[in-house]
Amino acid sequence: MKALTFAAGLFTASTALAQTPVLTVYAPDYFTSDWGPGPAIEAAFEAQCGCDLQFKPGDLLPRLLLEGNRTEADVVIGLNTDVTKKARDSGLFAPHGQDTGALTLPIDWTDDVFLPFDWSYVSFVYDTTRLDTPPTSFEALAAAPDDLKVIIQDPRSSISGLALVLWVKAVYGDRSEEIWAGVAPHILTVTKGWSEAYGLFTDGEAPMVLSFTTSPAYHIAAEGDDTKKAAIFDEGHYAFFELVAKVAGTDQPELADAFMAFVLSDTFQKIIPETNWSYPSALPKADWPQVFQDLPAPAKAIFLDEDQSAALRDEAIEEWRRALSQ
Amino acid sequence: MLQLDHVQSDSDGFRLSADLTLPDTGRIAVIGPSGAGKSTLLDLIAGFRAPSAGRIRLNGQDITSLPPARRPVSILFQDNNLFPHLSVGSNLMLALRPRGGRTRPEDHSRIENALHAVGLDQMGNRRPATLSGGQQSRAALARVLIQARPVLLLDEPFSALGPALRAEMLGVVQDVSGKIGGLTIMVTHDPHGARKFADQTVLVADGVAHTPQDTESLFTDPPPALRAYLG
Amino acid sequence: MAARAVAIIAALAVAGLILGPVAAVLARAGDMPVPGPADWQALRFTLTQAILSAGASVALAVPTARALARRRFPGRGLLITLLGAPFILPTIVAVLGLLAVFGNKGLLNLALGGLGVPPMSIYGLHGVVLAHVFFNLPLATRMILQGWLAIPSERLRLAASLGLSPVQVFRALELPMLQRITPQAFVVIFVICLSSFAVALTLGGGPRSTTLELAIYQSLRFDFDIARAAMLALVQLAIALTAGSVALWLGRAPGFGVGLDRDLPRWEDGALTRVLLDTLWIVAATLFLLTPLAMVVWNGIGAVLTLPAQVWQAALHSLGVALASTLLCMIWATALANRMGEWLALAGIALSPLVLGIGLFLLVRPFANPFDLALVVTALINALVSLPFAVRILRPESEAIRTDHIRLAQALGLSPGVWVTRVFLPRLRRPLGFAAGLTAALSMGDLGVIALFADPDHATLPLQIYRLMGAYRMDQAAGAAVLLLGLSLGLFWLFDRGGRADAAT
Repeated sequence: MKALTFAAGLFTASTALAQTPVLTVYAPDYFTSDWGPGPAIEAAFEAQCGCDLQFKPGDLLPRLLLEGNRTEADVVIGLNTDVTKKARDSGLFAPHGQDTGALTLPIDWTDDVFLPFDWSYVSFVYDTTRLDTPPTSFEALAAAPDDLKVIIQDPRSSISGLALVLWVKAVYGDRSEEIWAGVAPHILTVTKGWSEAYGLFTDGEAPMVLSFTTSPAYHIAAEGDDTKKAAIFDEGHYAFFELVAKVAGTDQPELADAFMAFVLSDTFQKIIPETNWSYPSALPKADWPQVFQDLPAPAKAIFLDEDQSAALRDEAIEEWRRALSQ
Repeated sequence: MLQLDHVQSDSDGFRLSADLTLPDTGRIAVIGPSGAGKSTLLDLIAGFRAPSAGRIRLNGQDITSLPPARRPVSILFQDNNLFPHLSVGSNLMLALRPRGGRTRPEDHSRIENALHAVGLDQMGNRRPATLSGGQQSRAALARVLIQARPVLLLDEPFSALGPALRAEMLGVVQDVSGKIGGLTIMVTHDPHGARKFADQTVLVADGVAHTPQDTESLFTDPPPALRAYLG
Repeated sequence: MAARAVAIIAALAVAGLILGPVAAVLARAGDMPVPGPADWQALRFTLTQAILSAGASVALAVPTARALARRRFPGRGLLITLLGAPFILPTIVAVLGLLAVFGNKGLLNLALGGLGVPPMSIYGLHGVVLAHVFFNLPLATRMILQGWLAIPSERLRLAASLGLSPVQVFRALELPMLQRITPQAFVVIFVICLSSFAVALTLGGGPRSTTLELAIYQSLRFDFDIARAAMLALVQLAIALTAGSVALWLGRAPGFGVGLDRDLPRWEDGALTRVLLDTLWIVAATLFLLTPLAMVVWNGIGAVLTLPAQVWQAALHSLGVALASTLLCMIWATALANRMGEWLALAGIALSPLVLGIGLFLLVRPFANPFDLALVVTALINALVSLPFAVRILRPESEAIRTDHIRLAQALGLSPGVWVTRVFLPRLRRPLGFAAGLTAALSMGDLGVIALFADPDHATLPLQIYRLMGAYRMDQAAGAAVLLLGLSLGLFWLFDRGGRADAAT
């Protein structure tokens, strides 16, 4: 009898679900996790859409390219500019249809397919208790005493690592390899991804780590710890944008459009800073949480669009590899 | 009647030939130098080894291609006659019900009777490792008693025991084989034991298992091969 | 005959699970590129570090296992269990623990600094080898210890009664055992290290330490160059299977068979220098393996009770996955506990998990939604990757049981069912418990996601640890790591203990 009631309950639950349209959003694992922006965004969007938003975590691009036109994704969130060329070439995405005038980015945004939902600057984050005077440029880092060590991510396996080598390439061009040769003695080690590097840093293995200018906000806001700071480089910082895009073959075009609009809404934008620990993409600075407003920011944003980054990528990685393999 | 009709066994360049007939009942010793093929002969009868030529018949029925378990034969090995992780009682139960299934009350009384017959009363719950060598042999004999097959093969099962104990065990074997009432064939390298135990003896030497002969006369007037073995 | 059929089915399942995905990837890949100079360099480094790591692990495991086999002291069983812990930790947690001891700001450098000695850097090829030895020494020690304990005590008593010198005992009894066991221990560890990536890179200190697996990762994640990934994965697989063939050939000598099951007092060599030497080895191995673990516990224990509900839930999911993997792996391993099975099982850890994931995805996708199958696939893959260890553990005993008891079973006419349930499995209980414990712990600790199979609603514990780290919550991640360590060890202990519960056996 109990089993029967249970089965009946399941049945009603699933028919109820079946009547609600489902919006399937592919997102990176960190985004959908209980500690990422996913849950709050899901709740906020479902409150207004009369739909069921389902985040599906995992490797975005490999998965999409494997699935091709048969993908069940309606929207993809969490791509970044250094991989969008491949995504765009796949022809899987439709124009976002949103007014980019609402964006509050340090650069002009003209892309009509990929829409930024947050951003930050790639930077070195250091521990003020262990480093009094952080370097102010890559050349300064190269010239620093030998015991100044930094942990970085591998550009071949990590998106922030890739941003780093593009940053150096964008600033120093042909001198990049020379810069890397100078920086090499200061690189304690190279990790597969951001988490490993940041974990080593917080464990005190090195006084500096490759991360983002917005990382210190977490320590200040969540831990009341103001000893983690971003080292601001005079030559500017590579701007890192995370993007959302609508899948062309979606069977929920209206819902997908609604979600794209929702991304630019205040509701979404206000969730981002303190869940993804990054700047919102369409929110005036005055509306940011205080801790983000107070963060030191670089004077100059460096950005390579996807064509530039695709053109420079292999060379930049190879220069890095050669210099660090010496 | 156990008939080995022009049987040949070949393995690794070694050949054993046997063309002989054994009676339905009685005790037969198999004797011969080590490496001559005594165990091979037993393996052929038990079915652990298939002959390369010839037929094996028991009371007219061809058993050449039957697997060991389907032959009316039980066997006592040199060692590993009991599963060490099972109690003696469980070992006997496996012999009684090798294909599993529900045990019946009469199974237990059969096991008790068998244990009693070999002088192991109240030992059913003991593990083999907690028994002495003699007791282990008795437990194994209880097992063949339970199987009660018309042919009982013994492959030097008591060679690890001392002379007195060995003689004692031969007594138990005689007892058990008498109860079963079939044919008992025992490989041994002990002439004394053979003479005491067996009416007839098969000499295995130089790759041939010879026709059984009266044990007494065989030992009184041994052929050259046996003489060489006895020294 | 039934056993043979089961073995063949099990072998086909393993082969299918490896060849199927490989075939799917190859079909999708198109023309394969030839390896470039960077690939050759990666291959060279991969081989170098794997050979050194496996060699060092086995070389150090021999005296450790020997010492553990010979000495009896209170807490020995617990110590042996604990020594296995590094092997079952998620790599990221283990690396943090390792660096807490050997890193720039680690205990070792702290102590050296106190003595006025300049700090030592862990980063480099030596660091890679050190980390791999840390992970695999426990496995090698357990495998070799099994070998030592499998020498029937009757033989050791015989040796003692003949008054053989330690050198003679070594040559007569221990060396033949080592000649059988060490090639296989070497190869299993070699193959594990072959696909090392995060550890090799982090401890190696930079792109000098690029392994094939990193190149595969790069091809799949960044370049989406399936053909290149497939080519590299095939190279890796071919190396592993070649190594496996060599090891099987080297270790082909037959074993001792089982003894009489009597719990005889073991031979102990009481010469003072040997006692000291053994003690030294045990203390050194304990310090090397347990200090990093102690640091993991120290750093995380405070956060365990503050862990959010999602972490506890994930722990439950992981337990479920681990138990399912264990059951599957034990069935598999029992059926495959033979030479061929050992060789075949190696392929499971030799195939790049990324390629395996992509291949499975391609196979599953036309029939089912990979998201829904995430936990099933995770359990399946965990069972597959634990298989080589389980088979290695079960095989010697399994073969000995057949050698020793199959004739009696045939003479009695035991049915296959009775043979398996009444004789084979009970006799196999001890190694089965050990293998099950190892599989369960490995499944707990495995990251639990292979590329493209992630369950949106049922995260596993290692995944939650990674997510906590990704969300800056390093303290909670450390706490969750302690929870994971506790659960893994607990499962291992329960199974291993269960296998030995019946002291009379």
